[in-house]
Amino acid sequence: MSGPAHIRTPLARVRGFGTAKSGTRDFWRQRLTAVANIPLTIAAVIILITLLGRNQAATAQILGSPAVAIILLLFIGSTVTHMKIGMQVIIEDYVHDESAKLTLVMANTFFCVTVGAVAVYALLKLSFGL
Amino acid sequence: MADTRSLERRPPVERPLSPHLQIYKPTLTMMMSIVHRITGAALYFGTLLVAWWLLAAASPTGYGRFQWFASSWIGRLILFGYTWALIHHMLGGVRHLIWDTGRGFGPSEREWLAAANLIGSITITVLLWIFVLLTMGVG
Repeated sequence: MSGPAHIRTPLARVRGFGTAKSGTRDFWRQRLTAVANIPLTIAAVIILITLLGRNQAATAQILGSPAVAIILLLFIGSTVTHMKIGMQVIIEDYVHDESAKLTLVMANTFFCVTVGAVAVYALLKLSFGL
Repeated sequence: MADTRSLERRPPVERPLSPHLQIYKPTLTMMMSIVHRITGAALYFGTLLVAWWLLAAASPTGYGRFQWFASSWIGRLILFGYTWALIHHMLGGVRHLIWDTGRGFGPSEREWLAAANLIGSITITVLLWIFVLLTMGVG
């Protein structure tokens, strides 16, 4: 049933209860957003290049146009989700102290949600009026 | 099974640990793996620039400050690094997606993919910046 009794870990006692049914959610979302990020990032870079050298009024008008704003909203949503999962993996790999790890995992989520909220707010402001 | 209780009271045994990074000779695939993670972490903080750019564009008074930063030499350096990190991480991501299909693990394939990732990211970044600087007419 299992290996030598003396190297049994607490995991062995948990295994009998089955999975939490959500183990691959982050794995799948990281790939989903990775695929989405490819066309969205290329589009965002093209948008940025077309805006170089323009003044604020012209930039605001283009960024607030429907197609550009929607592409950038999708870009922000997808990249922020992707970077939240990625940074959490880095934290879980290198931070072994339980309370420090939980604090950083929470701080990571707060950072990503806040940066996303700021970018989405700016895009909505550009779209619906200054 | 009857002796589970007494076994659990034993102190944890010393398990063998796998050797860490400094044991191995650096290889291209290893460096590309590390760089993928570093560029990802850099882009994480680089998103602050994207948020700042959008927020500044939405404010008639704030855009000048962003443009001043973006055209300063330190701003240019950061944006150049951000461009390379973005493209390198994207090409590295494509490599990972290829691996996810079960392909590209052969000895020559993985070396070729790692080299293509690095050469591709540097080439695209440099070409993109040459194009941008030429169209803007700025040296």
